[in-house]
Amino acid sequence: MRKLATPLVVVASLGLLAGCLGSPQQTDTARNADAKELTLTITGNSVVGGKNAARAAWVTDWVIPKFVEAQKAKGVTATVKFEGSGAGDEDYKTKVALDLKTGGGADVLTIDGIWVGEFAEAGQLKPLDELLGKSQVDAWEGWAQIPKSVQGLGSFGDRRYGIPDGTDGRVLFFNKKLFAQAGLPSDWQPKSWTDILDAAAGLKKLPGVTPLQVNAGTAMGEATTMQGVLPMLASAGKPLYRDGKWQAGPALGEVLEFYAKVYREGLGDPLTQQEAKGRDKSFAQFAEGRLGIMIESDYLWRGVVEPTRGVAKMADRDQVVGWAKIPARQPGVGGRDFVSMSGGAVNVVNPATKYPRQAWELLQFMNSAESIKARMGGGAQVTARADVNDQVLAGDPMLSYVAREVLPVTQYRPPVAGYPRVSAALQQATADVIAGRSVPEALSNYRAALSKIVGESNVDAG
Amino acid sequence: MSTPVDLTPAAESTVDTPSRRGRIADVAGLGVGRAVAFVLPALALIALFLVFPALWTLYIGITDYQLTGPAAANPQVIGIGNFLTALGDTLFRNSLWLTVLFVLGSAVIGQNLLGFGLAWLLRGARPWLRRLTESLVLLAWILPSTVVAFLWFAVLDRDGGTLNLLLGTEGTAWLVRYPLISIILFNIWRGTAFSMLLYSSALAAVPPSQLETAKLVGASGWQTVRDVVFPHIRGHVLTNTLLISLWTANDFTPFLLTAGGPNHASETLPVFIYRQALEGGQLGYASAISLLLLVANLVVAGLYLRLLRRRS
Repeated sequence: MRKLATPLVVVASLGLLAGCLGSPQQTDTARNADAKELTLTITGNSVVGGKNAARAAWVTDWVIPKFVEAQKAKGVTATVKFEGSGAGDEDYKTKVALDLKTGGGADVLTIDGIWVGEFAEAGQLKPLDELLGKSQVDAWEGWAQIPKSVQGLGSFGDRRYGIPDGTDGRVLFFNKKLFAQAGLPSDWQPKSWTDILDAAAGLKKLPGVTPLQVNAGTAMGEATTMQGVLPMLASAGKPLYRDGKWQAGPALGEVLEFYAKVYREGLGDPLTQQEAKGRDKSFAQFAEGRLGIMIESDYLWRGVVEPTRGVAKMADRDQVVGWAKIPARQPGVGGRDFVSMSGGAVNVVNPATKYPRQAWELLQFMNSAESIKARMGGGAQVTARADVNDQVLAGDPMLSYVAREVLPVTQYRPPVAGYPRVSAALQQATADVIAGRSVPEALSNYRAALSKIVGESNVDAG
Repeated sequence: MSTPVDLTPAAESTVDTPSRRGRIADVAGLGVGRAVAFVLPALALIALFLVFPALWTLYIGITDYQLTGPAAANPQVIGIGNFLTALGDTLFRNSLWLTVLFVLGSAVIGQNLLGFGLAWLLRGARPWLRRLTESLVLLAWILPSTVVAFLWFAVLDRDGGTLNLLLGTEGTAWLVRYPLISIILFNIWRGTAFSMLLYSSALAAVPPSQLETAKLVGASGWQTVRDVVFPHIRGHVLTNTLLISLWTANDFTPFLLTAGGPNHASETLPVFIYRQALEGGQLGYASAISLLLLVANLVVAGLYLRLLRRRS
C-alpha cells in the first residue's frame, strides 16, 4: 500500500500546486460590456449599525437602489450587493489582499489610499486606463472637481488606480471645559512644542485628567505613525521620505525626545498607549472629559464624538470640543508655522471583475456630486470633490476649518510599497521610548531596522 | 495508512497459518483495483488537508513571499534565507523564549500541579461535592476561548476591573504591567480541568491497599504521592504533560487578551507568526517560523515518547 500512497500524494499535491500558481488573466477592457443581466458587489470597512455605519447605510439605502434604478432605465437588470466589514484596519487590509491575490473579492472596493502602491506593485490592482481604456476613464466629469493633490491619493507612479473617496486633516483637539478649569484660553492656538507642553502642564493639575495624548507604541498600530510620529516629524521640519531617502536623523531624535518628555513627565498616560484596546479607550476618555488634548484626524469630530452617530457620543460636542492647528516645533522650522498629515480612502475596481465597464459606472455613480451630497445627509465630511465641499462643509465649522486652514499645509504619506514596514519600525521606536529606553538607543535601533527594510544607502541619518 | 495487511502476491505466498491466509484472501479477493478505490477518498482527503498544506508551507517558507508589494507579484526562492533571518531576529528569539516560559509556567507546572492537586483533594470527597467541583472547573475548559478572554478582560481591566476592586488597587493595568503572568494565569485557569479529569481517573487505578499500607506505616502526604502514587501514574503524567505542552505552545488565545503586547512582552510564537504573516504581510518568513514551531513540537513529542517507552 505504501508503494502506491507516495506517488498518489505527490501527484495530488502537484496538481493542487499547479492550480494555485495559475497565471493572471489578460484584461479585456470591454469584457461583458453589453451584459443585460449582471451582479456587482461593493465592499468597504463599514457595516450597518457598526463601524462607519453612516457610510454602510448610504451604500445600501441610497447608492444601490438608485444605481439599480438607473440601470433598469437602460434595460439592464443589475443586482448589487454590499459586503460590509467591521474589522480593524489591519484585518480588513489582510482580507482585501487575500481576496485580490486569489482573484476573488468584491467588484468595487473602498481601501485606504496608502495601500494603493503596495497592491499596484503586487499586480493586485490595475491602473484604470489599463482596466477600462483611457478614453472611458478620461470621460468622467468628476476629475475636474478633484484637486490634483487629492487625485494623488488614488495614484501610484503617475497612474490613476481609483477615485479618491475623501480626505482628512490632523489637528490638536482639546476640551474647552478642562481648559477653562486650568485657566487656559478657549481659543487656544499653540505656536510651538513648548506651548503644547505648557498647556499640558497646566492640565496636569486637574485631578483624574490625562493632559495630552500623542499616539505611541505598537499597540496603536498605524495610528501611532499617522497621529503621532509623522505630524511631529513634519513639525520638526523633515518629511519621512524625500527623494528616495528615509528620515532617520536628528529630527526624528527630537520627535522621540518629545515623546520621552510627554510620557515620562506624566503629561501623557503611557499605559493607555500599550493596552490592546488603548485607542478606543482614549476616545472614550476624551468623550467623558478625562483627556485634555489629543492629536487626531477630523474623524474624531465626525465619527467618534459626533452627538448622534459617533462611537463615543458627546452630546455637548459643539460647545466643548475645540481645535487648533499643529504648530511647527518653532515658528518657521522647515519653512512652516503649521503642519498636518492627511490620508483618505480610495474607491477601486477589482481587476478580476466580470463586469469592468459596469463596475466603473458604479464607481462614477458613487462619486457623483449628487451621490456624495446624499452621503453627507445631516453630517459632513471633507470630500474629494470641490463642488460638494463648497456646499456641505458650510454648516460645519470644524470641517470647513480643515478644508480652509489645514489642507493647504498638509502632507501625505509616502505612496511606496516599503512604507508599512517603515511605519511599523517607527511605532517600535516610540514603544522603546515609552518602555524606558534612551532616545539615542531607540534611534539607533530604528536605524538598524530601517536599513534592513530599505537598504542602508536609502537611509538619511544626517 | 498503517494497515498491517500486505497486498502483494509475494507476501501472500509466504503466509502459512490458515487463519491469516483466510483473512488476506478476503481482502485480496477485492482485487487491488477495488482496494485502492476504497482507500482513495481517504488518501485524497489526507493529501488535500494535510500533505498539501504542509508542502505548501514548506515551499512558501523558502521564498520571500509577501501579501502585498513587489514580492507578492514575483516571489523568489531564497532557500534558507528566512531561517537565517530568524536566527538574527531579536523579536523571534524573544517570542521563542516567551513561548518556553508560557509552556513551562502555565502547562508543565501550573496546570499539572493544580490539576493533580485538585484530583488528589477530591479523591475522598463526597460524590456531590466532587461532581460540583468537577463541573465548575470543567466549565472553564468548555467555554469558547473568546468568551473566556472577554471574562478575563473584565477581571484584569484597568477601569472597573474586578481584580482592582477586590485588591483596592485602583487603576492598575494588569495586562500592561504583568502581561506574561496574566496570560499564564489565564491559561492555568482555562486548562486545569483537563489535567484534573485525567489525574482523577489515574488515581482511581492506584491500588487502595498500597495507600492503606502507606497510611499504616505513617508516611506523610508527600511521601505517599512520591513513593506510592507517582510510580503508578507516571505514564499519565507524561502523557498529560505532553498534550498540554503542545496545546499551550500552539495556543493563540493570548492574542485575544494582550495582542502580544505591550511592546512584544506577551508575543508567543503563534502570535508572532500571525503578526508577521497578516499584519506585516511577510508570508514567507511566517511560514518558515511555523515550520520551526512544527519541528519543535515534533522534538518535544519525540522526547516524551522516548521517556514513555523507556518506562514500559
